[in-house]
Amino acid sequence: MNKARQNPFNTAAMHGALILYTLIALFPVFVILINSFKTRRAIFREPLALPSADSFSLIGYETVMKQGDFFLYFQNSMIVTVASLFFVLLFGAMAAYALSEYQFRGNLLMGLYLALGIMIPIRIGTVAILEMMVATGLVNTLWALILVYTAQGLPLAVFILSEFMRQVSDDLKNAGRIDGLSEYTIFFRLVLPLVRPAMATVAVFNMIPIWNDLWFPLILAPAEETKTLTLGSQVFIGQFVTDWNAVLSALSMAILPVLVLYVIFSRQLIRGITSGAVK
Amino acid sequence: MNRPRLRWHIVVFLAPAVLVYTAVMIFPLFNTLRLALYTEIDQTRVFVGLQNFQTLFFDPIWSEQFWNALGNNFWFFLIHMLVQNPIGIALAALLSHPRLRFAALYRSAIFIPTILSFVIVGFAWKLILSPIWGIAPSMLDAIGLKSLFAPWLGKEEYALTTLALISVWQFVGIPMMLIYAALLTIPEEILEAGEIDGITGASAFWKIKLPLILPSIGIISILTFVGNFNAFDLIYAAQGALAGPDFSTDILGTFMYRTFFGFQLQLGDPHMGSAIAGAMFAIILVGVCIYLFGIQTRMRRYQL
Repeated sequence: MNKARQNPFNTAAMHGALILYTLIALFPVFVILINSFKTRRAIFREPLALPSADSFSLIGYETVMKQGDFFLYFQNSMIVTVASLFFVLLFGAMAAYALSEYQFRGNLLMGLYLALGIMIPIRIGTVAILEMMVATGLVNTLWALILVYTAQGLPLAVFILSEFMRQVSDDLKNAGRIDGLSEYTIFFRLVLPLVRPAMATVAVFNMIPIWNDLWFPLILAPAEETKTLTLGSQVFIGQFVTDWNAVLSALSMAILPVLVLYVIFSRQLIRGITSGAVK
Repeated sequence: MNRPRLRWHIVVFLAPAVLVYTAVMIFPLFNTLRLALYTEIDQTRVFVGLQNFQTLFFDPIWSEQFWNALGNNFWFFLIHMLVQNPIGIALAALLSHPRLRFAALYRSAIFIPTILSFVIVGFAWKLILSPIWGIAPSMLDAIGLKSLFAPWLGKEEYALTTLALISVWQFVGIPMMLIYAALLTIPEEILEAGEIDGITGASAFWKIKLPLILPSIGIISILTFVGNFNAFDLIYAAQGALAGPDFSTDILGTFMYRTFFGFQLQLGDPHMGSAIAGAMFAIILVGVCIYLFGIQTRMRRYQL
């Protein structure tokens, strides 16, 4: 059919270019991972070799386990990410439903107000956010982070979800109303299940920036008990700069959870992006 | 039905989102801008009008740092626009080729750096480029270019560009994905019509696809702009709050952090920090307005 677009030389060149870039993308991750399993001497002598029986060592991981509280950090990151996502999705979906379903005065204005935050980064308000968290005693608690990430995620969530909620059929909702369901039941029982794919997209978009954020944990919750994994590895690596085994192992341990999440959610993520949710 | 009664469920649906968003985002934003107009004298807050901004822009001690950070930030942005976005578009163009095998595999692999945290990326590259470990020099040696090696992150003239390129490496997946999505929406008929007229291969890309994805390129540009002008994490992770060597990698985010929290001998100053935040806000606002009113409205959108 479109033979003009197929040409063996071109195909090879395309694969060549893509393979080259894939190598560039993966090389640093690969180097960190393989060297984290090697002895100090092997790290320096043959940085590009795979760990062999001779050079295999877990000394770095042992140091990390002994010195750093990585399980606590991991738990904190997990709590913050999951709780923030929960509130973003719940509050975002509720607001999106109000905006897309009901005609009321100020609807358009409210939509614009909520959309402001898509383009304006929340970091600009950091000074006042810190002041507020200090005043309310939330500083150095995970709640401070959860509140900030919820506020940060809401604008895009409302925007994307209301686009999708406009597509839910009116007949369905009206049928519910005739059956005497309350507006709340209609929302939770009929509409939410139908926009689940869009909610997954929103969740995946928010998950990675929350998990990886360094700025707010550093400013709002730097205490030992509330450190997130990102901040924890930053501090740990800063202290152990010269212990290469420990640094490489800490890096690998920080890479692993995100990589696992990515493998689980990558289809959702790619589907979300390519479905045009962000256009 | 004379007048619509207040429908409580609308209030209930809107309230949580509006409350959290207003209290944690919008209110602090304006409060920060307000704080920029104050200063602290003898532990009391005193209104000083625009004096902080005057200090920031014209006082030699502050202005030198400010303009340095701003200039660096523009250079940082420029590298992203000139390197990240063209590479992203090129990768997307290759990936969207019909019947390309392993496309999903390439796509997932190239996106991996984007999901890593700045801490990982910053330290990983710091190690790789480190002259002590020697991965970068020995790889350059292997292709006979060892003389080109320099401790890039430690040299004033290269450090910022190196960090910008590391950031490009990390984020190239985003323009790639967005452009890829845009390319997929181009109907096959248009490309076939072009083929009949003899427009194939590269010229099909330049003459048909590129004009159709211009709106997406506009979105990517403004996302890059906003992202770069509140960047902080990578520089902090790789070079610390002092953005060394000798502030050569200082950008507005690190400058604001240092001013706000203080470092070594300098005490933190929330009011000057707010003034810098105000300047960042103004820059981002100008950028977004140029995009919304200058670019987006003039861009021709084709009905597909």
